[in-house]
Amino acid sequence: MAKETESNPLRLRIRGVAKRFGPTVALGGVSLEVATGEVHALIGENGAGKSTLMKVLSGAHQPDAGSLSLDGQPYEPSDPLHARNSGVAMIYQELNLAPDLSVEENMLLGNEPQTFGWLHRGERRRLAKRALEEIGQPQMPLDVPVRSLTIAQQQLVEIARALVGEPRVLIMDEPTSSLTQLDTENLFSVIERLSQRGVSVIYISHFLEECQRVASRFTVLRDGRSVGSGAMAGASLDEIIQLMVGRTVDEIYPRTSRAAGEPVLELRGVAGLAKPSRVDLTLRAGEIVGLFGLVGAGRTETLRAVFGLDRLAKGSVSVFSREASRSTPAKRLVNGVGLLSEDRKEEGLLLGRSIADNLTLTRLGPVTRMGIVNSTAQATAAGEWMARLDVKALDATQPVGELSGGNQQKIALGRLLHHEAKILLLDEPTRGIDVGSKAQIYRLMNELSGEGRALVFVSSYLPELLGVCDRIGVMCRGELTEVRPVADWSEAEIIRAALGQAETGEAAA
Amino acid sequence: MKLAQFGSRDFLKAIRPFVGLFVVLLLFAMDAELRSLFFKGGNFKTILTQTVIVAIGAMGMTLVIVSGGIDLSAGSLVALCSVVTAKLIEHGHGLAAVLVLTVLVGGLAGLANGGIIAAFRMMPFIVTLGMMGIARGISKWLADNQTVNPEVPLESVNSLMDKSHSPLTFFPLPDGVWLALGLAVVMTVVLRSSVFGRYVFAIGSNEDTARLCGIRVNANKIAIYALAGAFFGLAGVMQFSRLTQGDPSVAIGLELQIIAAVVIGGASLSGGVGSIPGSVIGAFMMACLANGSGIKDWPNYMQEIIIGAVIILAVGMDKIEPMLQRILRRGK
Repeated sequence: MAKETESNPLRLRIRGVAKRFGPTVALGGVSLEVATGEVHALIGENGAGKSTLMKVLSGAHQPDAGSLSLDGQPYEPSDPLHARNSGVAMIYQELNLAPDLSVEENMLLGNEPQTFGWLHRGERRRLAKRALEEIGQPQMPLDVPVRSLTIAQQQLVEIARALVGEPRVLIMDEPTSSLTQLDTENLFSVIERLSQRGVSVIYISHFLEECQRVASRFTVLRDGRSVGSGAMAGASLDEIIQLMVGRTVDEIYPRTSRAAGEPVLELRGVAGLAKPSRVDLTLRAGEIVGLFGLVGAGRTETLRAVFGLDRLAKGSVSVFSREASRSTPAKRLVNGVGLLSEDRKEEGLLLGRSIADNLTLTRLGPVTRMGIVNSTAQATAAGEWMARLDVKALDATQPVGELSGGNQQKIALGRLLHHEAKILLLDEPTRGIDVGSKAQIYRLMNELSGEGRALVFVSSYLPELLGVCDRIGVMCRGELTEVRPVADWSEAEIIRAALGQAETGEAAA
Repeated sequence: MKLAQFGSRDFLKAIRPFVGLFVVLLLFAMDAELRSLFFKGGNFKTILTQTVIVAIGAMGMTLVIVSGGIDLSAGSLVALCSVVTAKLIEHGHGLAAVLVLTVLVGGLAGLANGGIIAAFRMMPFIVTLGMMGIARGISKWLADNQTVNPEVPLESVNSLMDKSHSPLTFFPLPDGVWLALGLAVVMTVVLRSSVFGRYVFAIGSNEDTARLCGIRVNANKIAIYALAGAFFGLAGVMQFSRLTQGDPSVAIGLELQIIAAVVIGGASLSGGVGSIPGSVIGAFMMACLANGSGIKDWPNYMQEIIIGAVIILAVGMDKIEPMLQRILRRGK
């Protein structure tokens, strides 16, 4: 437990906090202590109660029991504004910026220095500049619209915005879910800076390696309770995972022996209008090929071009040895090619529609007679996939938007299975989902390749690529530079290839 | 359908237009004058007949709105098609030809809407705003800026909306009412259960996802607007039948009434939500309010205020219901 010392006084104390919604116990007793300037990792599967706890901290929910204190004073935020004014700021997983407003306007939104509604221009500049300097980004342009920034830069703006209010506690929810490894490193140095300045950071992430890297202490939540906490340095990953899932995880990356068969997808000099610039790849039945690269390297664009969503500028695509370069998603689906979008909320799923509709949308044929969809048959078909994929939901009619991220992703994947896709293009299939669901998806991918299906696995998370894939290709600036069997890569080599060796120094700076 | 298949929340939402209608009728029943004059078979026949034009338009509009679009050209197309009907009758065409050709004209205008929206990825609001002007202009041009009264009336068309034979009893209903009811049943099945209907919902819920799922979004959009145009064309025939003349300056602002009916019926202007029965009930509810206000001899502006308030209330229920529930829970 954190010791109250002169240099490290206790900043935030949560004791026995409980919260129930109707019959559901969201929090059944959570205790947590964070010292001044400490980076504290909050770890738990989806549904473990992390977000409820965060909502209690940020004043969106009031706890039924338990107590909170901030710097020794009782802390009972009545609403998010109260929480912010008390010095507890929160950065949400999804970016909350107004894309058309400038960096400065975004940073001061709702916090504008003003007199009777008139803005103080000079004061705004000063506040915005100071916050950016605090995170070591004084070069960030203040007047460009946020939409013209990269995701990583937007994230930094969001952090800077939180700092304008000079928080004592900063809560970050999955801040790296859309960042590349390089941007993540950058973020970590920002967090380090903040911690040195005495800001306490509660860091929520599914990436345990990240938590280990950035946090000094951790607390694990499971089923709404805090089941363990301690110093990061003394804990192994396996121990933490065991705490999270309540059971031992023997094998996160199962790998049954499989043999690559005939080539099923051949890309020759594939180029899109902007990206990619050149991709050559041969995918064989029964193998999983990973694609690694920085954000913007052109991996998603490659998949989109192959799937017929974006136009092909050059090159040829052959599916099952038949050349079919110009295509549409409809034709690709008919030929057994399926795409899992990297963005399940914006593109991958119909959030407002039922699980059954989402699962069967691309292949309504088996549940349709004379143009009329048979809802019962549809629900039965959906039920089978839900059972196979272990989806936690009320029933097949529940809107997908009500499910947790992991379960949503299983539905998106399930659609490809219902479609009986033989070639699966998976773009970041494990982004932002809990460890348990990830392990299930790895197991599923292993099964699918065992059935002779071919998978392309795009990911920004190296350990999973190394764990799951047979071969890994690295993309850099729109080009697929090298595809090699996993055994022939080291982690360092992959990152070097992703940076494009000549640029290593510049990119790391 | 088993009730358990709905979440209770979805169920409440699905029946909300019916509850709204029930509340309106209940309020009317509390008034002695309305009780004696409103709740009469003959009066309901009048209301149903008054509902037909908006209801048929609302069926087309529901498709468009569920797919995430909007069609502002509805009113102008109704006027245009009422003129087209008059012209066709003047040329001596029979009922079948009048119906088919007029619906075709509406459908072609809708095809133009959908084609432009799909081909140039333009906002439906803008394209149909343009079509609203174009169709209004063409109808005035076609009608020489005056009403078109066929010298030899075509009885079968005129009787579509004619309730004068037996004004005091509910039956027989005019053909137009039966036609609208039949179409409502067909369109309910099409939107709820057909593959096309699923695609309409899919496109309205998330166009990107629909594209990703191999749905031919553009082709479906064109079909949706063309179909909607065809419904506006049919509503135009009804409009002619009601006035027994083609009038190029009729139905101004009708598109807003139609949109209001669809929205009262539970549809969301952001797409992906809506139903044909809801929209038809929405149209019926508006006709009831207008009819009731007429009986009470309230001035026109009262009707406008009341219907305006009902629109806000109907859509606001989404926000009001959770608040009410919270207050009720707190009260316990």
